Amino acid sequence: MKELMLGNKAVARGLYEAGCCFISSYPGTPSTEITEEAAKYNEIYCEWAPNEKVAMEAAFGACLAGKRSFCGMKHVGLNVAADPLYTMSYTGVNAGLVIAVADDAGMHSSQNEQDSRHHAIAAKVPMLEPSDSAEALAFTKLAYELSEAYDTPVIIKMCTRVSHSQSVVEPGERSAPVKAYEKNIAKYVMMPGNAKRRHPFVEERTKKIVEYAETAPINRIERGTGKVGVITSSTAYQYTKEVFGDSVSVLKLGMVNPLPVKLILDFAASVETLIVIEELDPIIENHCKALGLTVTGKDKLPMIDEFSQSLIEKALCGSEKESLSLADPIPVRPPVMCAGCPHRGLFYTLNKNKCTVLGDIGCYTLGAVAPLSAIEMTLCMGASVSAVHGFNVASDGDSEKHTVAVIGDSTFMHSGMTGLANIAYNQSNSTVIILDNSITGMTGHQQNPTTGFNLRGDPAGKIDLESLCRAMGFARVRVVDPYNLKECDTVLKEELAADAPSVIISRRPCALLKYVKHKPPVKVDNDKCRGCKSCMKIGCPAVSMKNGKAAIDKTLCVGCGVCGQMCAFGAIEEN
Amino acid sequence: METKNVMIVGVGGQGSLLASKLLGHLLLSCGYDVKVSEVHGMSQRGGSVVTYVRWGDKVYSPVIDKGEADFIVSFELLEAARYIPYLKKGGVIVTNTQQIDPMPVITGAAAYPENLVEKIAAAGIAIDAMDCLTLAEQAGSLKAVNIVLLGRLSHYFDIPEEKWMASLEAIVPAKFLDVNKKAFEIGKNAGK
Repeated sequence: MKELMLGNKAVARGLYEAGCCFISSYPGTPSTEITEEAAKYNEIYCEWAPNEKVAMEAAFGACLAGKRSFCGMKHVGLNVAADPLYTMSYTGVNAGLVIAVADDAGMHSSQNEQDSRHHAIAAKVPMLEPSDSAEALAFTKLAYELSEAYDTPVIIKMCTRVSHSQSVVEPGERSAPVKAYEKNIAKYVMMPGNAKRRHPFVEERTKKIVEYAETAPINRIERGTGKVGVITSSTAYQYTKEVFGDSVSVLKLGMVNPLPVKLILDFAASVETLIVIEELDPIIENHCKALGLTVTGKDKLPMIDEFSQSLIEKALCGSEKESLSLADPIPVRPPVMCAGCPHRGLFYTLNKNKCTVLGDIGCYTLGAVAPLSAIEMTLCMGASVSAVHGFNVASDGDSEKHTVAVIGDSTFMHSGMTGLANIAYNQSNSTVIILDNSITGMTGHQQNPTTGFNLRGDPAGKIDLESLCRAMGFARVRVVDPYNLKECDTVLKEELAADAPSVIISRRPCALLKYVKHKPPVKVDNDKCRGCKSCMKIGCPAVSMKNGKAAIDKTLCVGCGVCGQMCAFGAIEEN
Repeated sequence: METKNVMIVGVGGQGSLLASKLLGHLLLSCGYDVKVSEVHGMSQRGGSVVTYVRWGDKVYSPVIDKGEADFIVSFELLEAARYIPYLKKGGVIVTNTQQIDPMPVITGAAAYPENLVEKIAAAGIAIDAMDCLTLAEQAGSLKAVNIVLLGRLSHYFDIPEEKWMASLEAIVPAKFLDVNKKAFEIGKNAGK
């Protein structure tokens, strides 16, 4: 029966139908729901791994053991997992191995907008690119067939619009082929002698897959009435059809690596003008140019941000739709830390102490936003811990007396531990603050190795952060409650002054977690409030000024009491 | 049939995902091709959020561009005003009059525009504004704001009420069904 399905859920359905038995992933917007949805099928073992590299290696082990396996991540996650990927291309697979990577053109929730197709090309691994949910399901199943037929991992490339759009699919049945594990040192032990013999296999394999791509049904031509031909893929195909309908011929590529040669040359010969419409980098376009074709592409279309039908229409046809507007300026509404967010008190303390804060990836990156404006650097997962060490070693003067790294519990498990090992080993006097909100927050509450629960919410192993840091050699490990500003201030001052590296764990569960019991909203005593706006310095969305007095939004306030600690006149009372 | 477009806008955390899920279910049950596009991740943290719902004989793009929306359904007044450029000429705004101050307004860096409903109407834009929080409370739950809005939207659609009810039953958990059916009726009969 037909149903509307999110692109990510359709990948999960494809995994189920293809008989996938093992999934190991790390959450990352816009990829997270693939693994969450797959976990709803009891036939599939699903786990969150500490990071994408571990996840991909775990999935590789499972495919080696003979079960169809999967690993999902966002685009920057594939950088972390690039190491196993590039060599898995050499070993090939036993049972099928499929990887989904979700790009984020437009950076709805990411720190860059890299194009994952580069990884597929560099690793010499086939990449399929669905343009809607029905293709997401079908391509996932096809990916397993290709993986086993050509002895290679296969990547499904998603993007925000395909991952997070619902369109119509028709689910099918599951069948789960299983293979036996066979010892094969020449294939699976990639030491130089064996790898030298595998590399020619990889090059031959690519040639065979190019042959497949020439006639594969997923690379299809839709003949139009005009003399213009468009080569496109993914969501750009949808925008192309929206703008041009059947007035142009379209070569819709479902496989974006490797790209076909004859198919493209024949298509180009059948039209008068050739246009390539692809988001981000000019990969199909450069392929066409290398084939000697004249194409319109990035000379008219941008390399930044996502596309839309209007963007294509404006760039290629020069026309724009009429639109209305009001004369009043509309204030922006940037994302903010939630009311009651435990990170708020900690960032206020860091700001008050004029700390240089090197940040990391998570909700707490919002600590860079006014009025907290506390974070001065955010790069990638784990970089805060590694960089604070470099910063302190390289700084002249006393940077270690006012510089800290802040990193969330999940991000610390992902890539912070190795940076901490570097501080312990090379002995810089650095201070690392782990913002332990007991969950992976920004991606929508996924468990991690410090929470004590697994992906399905069942009890699991729990890594104790204090013991871990002590075992690494940190003698100074302190735990603070970020709702207690005085405690945060005292401990921060002590650890920055101390002549040794230290870890401060700022511990308080995410205010959005269902099990967290909130207090009633706080109250303002208008007689005591002097309208000094001290309570506004924490940037809580529940606190504002109305008629010269502080006002609390009762629908948002969770009674955390941090604003009350800001008030010198005792005007904000707990209920 | 030409593709129709509804944009559902609001502030992260207000519950627009359920509204789009219900609309998607409804339109699919009416035999249309449907696409729904959502935003997840960082913008959900109290930021401005948008969901696109498109339906017709064949829908290609999952997104709605400037000048294309037949309807804007807004959970918050400022958000209704923000997305006016997306409204098609002759399109209708169905909005909650609730005001949630964004951070620049809270900090005093910007002002929340006054009399927005009047200004939008004065600009010649059809606006159907109602206090959905109060209406939802009448229905029995503050969380039913989304269904109040959909109830009002149904007033503009040529889809029989049984279809809407069937989708409500399919999407809303049984224990909240009565409240939501009531919210739908209240919304349908509210507005101007």
